[in-house]
Amino acid sequence: MSEKTHREHGGFWSRYIFSQDHKVIAVQYTITALLIGLFGLVLSWLLRLQLGFPGSFQFVNPGSYYQMLTQHGMIMIVYLLTAILLGGFGNYLIPLMIGARDMAFPFLNMLSYWVYLLSVIVLMAAFLVPGGPTGAGWTLYPPLSALPNAAPGSGWGIKLMLVSLVIFIAAATMGGLNYVTTVLQCRTKGMTLMRMPLSVWGIFIASVMALFAFPALFVGGVMLLFDNLLGTSFFIPAVTLLGQQLPREGGNPLLFQHLFWYFGHPEVYIVILPAMGIASDLISTHSRKPIFGYNAMVIAMAAIAFIGFIVWAHHMFVSGMNPYFGFFFAVSTLIIAIPSAVKVYNWLLTLWRGNIRLNVPMLFGIGWISTFIIGGLTGLPLGNVIADVPLHDTYFVVGHFHLVMGVAALMAIFGGIYHWFPKVTGRMFHETLGKLHFWVTFVGAYAIFFPMFLMGILGVPRRYFDFNVLQYLPPQTSALNIAITVAALTVGAAQLIFLGNLIWSALKGKRAEANPWGATTLEWQTPTTPPPHDNWGAEIPTVYRWAYDYSVPGAERDFIPQNVPQASLDVHLRQPAAGEGVRSRREPGANLGGDKI
Amino acid sequence: MAQQTLEERTKALPRWLRDLVADWSSDQQTFKVNWGKAMMWIFIVSDIFVFGSFLSAYAAARLSATLPWPDPAKVFALHIGESEVPLLLIAIMTFVLISSSGTMAIAVKYGYERNRAKAALFLTLTALLGLAFLGMQAFEWTKLISEGFRPWANPLGAPQFGSSFFMITGFHGLHVTAGVIYLALIASQVLRGAYEKIGYQRVEIAGLYWHFVDLVWVFIFAFFYLF
Ligand code: HEM
Ligand SMILES: [Cu+2]
Repeated sequence: MSEKTHREHGGFWSRYIFSQDHKVIAVQYTITALLIGLFGLVLSWLLRLQLGFPGSFQFVNPGSYYQMLTQHGMIMIVYLLTAILLGGFGNYLIPLMIGARDMAFPFLNMLSYWVYLLSVIVLMAAFLVPGGPTGAGWTLYPPLSALPNAAPGSGWGIKLMLVSLVIFIAAATMGGLNYVTTVLQCRTKGMTLMRMPLSVWGIFIASVMALFAFPALFVGGVMLLFDNLLGTSFFIPAVTLLGQQLPREGGNPLLFQHLFWYFGHPEVYIVILPAMGIASDLISTHSRKPIFGYNAMVIAMAAIAFIGFIVWAHHMFVSGMNPYFGFFFAVSTLIIAIPSAVKVYNWLLTLWRGNIRLNVPMLFGIGWISTFIIGGLTGLPLGNVIADVPLHDTYFVVGHFHLVMGVAALMAIFGGIYHWFPKVTGRMFHETLGKLHFWVTFVGAYAIFFPMFLMGILGVPRRYFDFNVLQYLPPQTSALNIAITVAALTVGAAQLIFLGNLIWSALKGKRAEANPWGATTLEWQTPTTPPPHDNWGAEIPTVYRWAYDYSVPGAERDFIPQNVPQASLDVHLRQPAAGEGVRSRREPGANLGGDKI
Repeated sequence: MAQQTLEERTKALPRWLRDLVADWSSDQQTFKVNWGKAMMWIFIVSDIFVFGSFLSAYAAARLSATLPWPDPAKVFALHIGESEVPLLLIAIMTFVLISSSGTMAIAVKYGYERNRAKAALFLTLTALLGLAFLGMQAFEWTKLISEGFRPWANPLGAPQFGSSFFMITGFHGLHVTAGVIYLALIASQVLRGAYEKIGYQRVEIAGLYWHFVDLVWVFIFAFFYLF
């Protein structure tokens, strides 16, 4: 099929609001996700204030604590991370990086954003209804989430939560279909799959995972909604609530946990794979070296995605299951560490003897490696049944997933935003403020989450409003809690610097060049910056090489863009001097054009 | 050293594997089909996971129910005169839906032959068979409800029977309803001649969806009515 051509349509509304341009949709997704994320951040401050200074804040009571905790978790994982990585980065990067004029289905793409916005509105509406939002925990385990009066917000709150999730799934499906089809079918000439930048690979594999994982959440959500709305008993066994036998019976609460985690574990990789891809591109570009082991990187991502679907019950070791299942899920969980480690080694080897530029995106790229390693290593004890039994539901788990999923993913997101900011807005961000943002966030994140491992080992339980009731805890835990709260508020303030920097630079920043980082990938080769509506002007680019031709020996500059044909290089090439090794590797499947270097 | 081309490197492989490698390592497009068709296939795979989750959840709910599960042969029997015929209605419904897959295939064939009148006719016929299926489903629901079955209750035992029955057949019914509307739209487009220029792939894409909805029914039929 021929590529689509777009009419340039005028008018403020069709250009910036109901736009079908993937770049505008990407910005809409990003801004919405950042705003809702800011809200989730404020919630976390309130939670921390209560934990650091219990009882000093009247408006945080046990009920509202659970409500804020639940909303914080759900907002961060689903409405911030998933939305910004797939809807924001996916939308912006896929067409530009593979040399397409837009997504395969621009209208569906636009619809995806508006449906996402609707899901956010429904989510927020829960704060205004009687009883407030649900406080059943972000995992929404029944019977707590299915019974009237069991948790705060069990009237309207839980129903709005579930409706919002179902709407979000519709939006994610529309987006996912688009991303997968676009990557498979709309690449430009010469762009084979194995020449795609790793960002596109990560987003692509995550989108495939989303299409296979969200169905389970959808089904679990619909069934839970029925339990709430129609009085069915899918998940409710015979229960006595407040001394009264309820007219329910025979349901299976574990079934919900299976459905939830069949979605939930792949979900953590839906978030982390795009982050891995983005981090790979940051690290390679800013150390001026080809990514080490490109094939291995792609295969590792595919392997993680595949194994990621058969590990879900490691979240349920203490929920009760056949010991053989526990064994199976522990083994599959530990096997996932292998491809993850391959990726970490490859990032480190990319840095090794690179010409590292410690600019803001690179700092975040290195921050990513660090937090991913610490977060990932602490997953290993949790993946062993025997170690997880005491650690489960303690702050150890909180530390683990915040570092590996929260902070690491955010490192890649921040780095990515700084990296592509010049292309999106045509202006540079403020470098010093960016560095300040990095150092406070990076050091602060460790100050917040590292002590949590210690607290978990001491046995501090997760999801507690007040620890003073626990006699067995040493008094130092409350000192730790105060320190964590102070660090959390500091890191929170740094995010305001980030937002301020974005807004100020988008309006007043210094004009950016077309390719300020000297990057090879196609989005930096557009005719104008920011790119025009159809991305490429008169002619779409042809790709002649892989995405990582950095520091090619003999080449005139230390990068060769993907759309530079060999012939135009030969003029400048000199013979490599004796003893000068060829550092660049040749990409696989390169039978499509001049690729002799 | 000259680099070998892909064809040379995969010469030793069996034909299908060679084609697979060629498809996945090609530039521009992985599958030599249009975008809409690729997307419909991807959607179908995703929707398989939705129905798969529904049916596994049903299996789990049924296994862990504490009250007895009703006998499908009794619940779904029709009374004709004096005698009770088990599964009669459902057999007709299944027959109707499967026939509609046949008419759909004929519509696709006429579409590619650019026989607009016949393509539209068979599309309409398919949609009508879909409507007939929905009508019978409505009849069955009414009958069950009048016998006291509810999503939250079941006079013959486990309430999970009613819950999963209404939920899953309802969800499938929504797919059929969407399909009927979809087919009607495509039929009117065919009649208007909207596909003369861009080709008749969209009829085939609608067909993919319709066959999928039929196929899913076969599984629902087996899990609810036969076991
Ligand atoms: C080697 C890698 C990893 C292993 C072995 C691992 C293992 C585990 C295990 C066993 C748990 C359950 C602990 C419990 O509840 O008792 C867990 C929780 C969690 N993990 Fe990981 N994990 C790994 C990597 C990741 C990554 C890469 C992410 C995210 C991107 C992640 C996100 C989470 C989250 C969000 C939870 C907590 C869910 C909750 O209960 O609310 N993990 N991990
Ligand atoms: Cu997991």
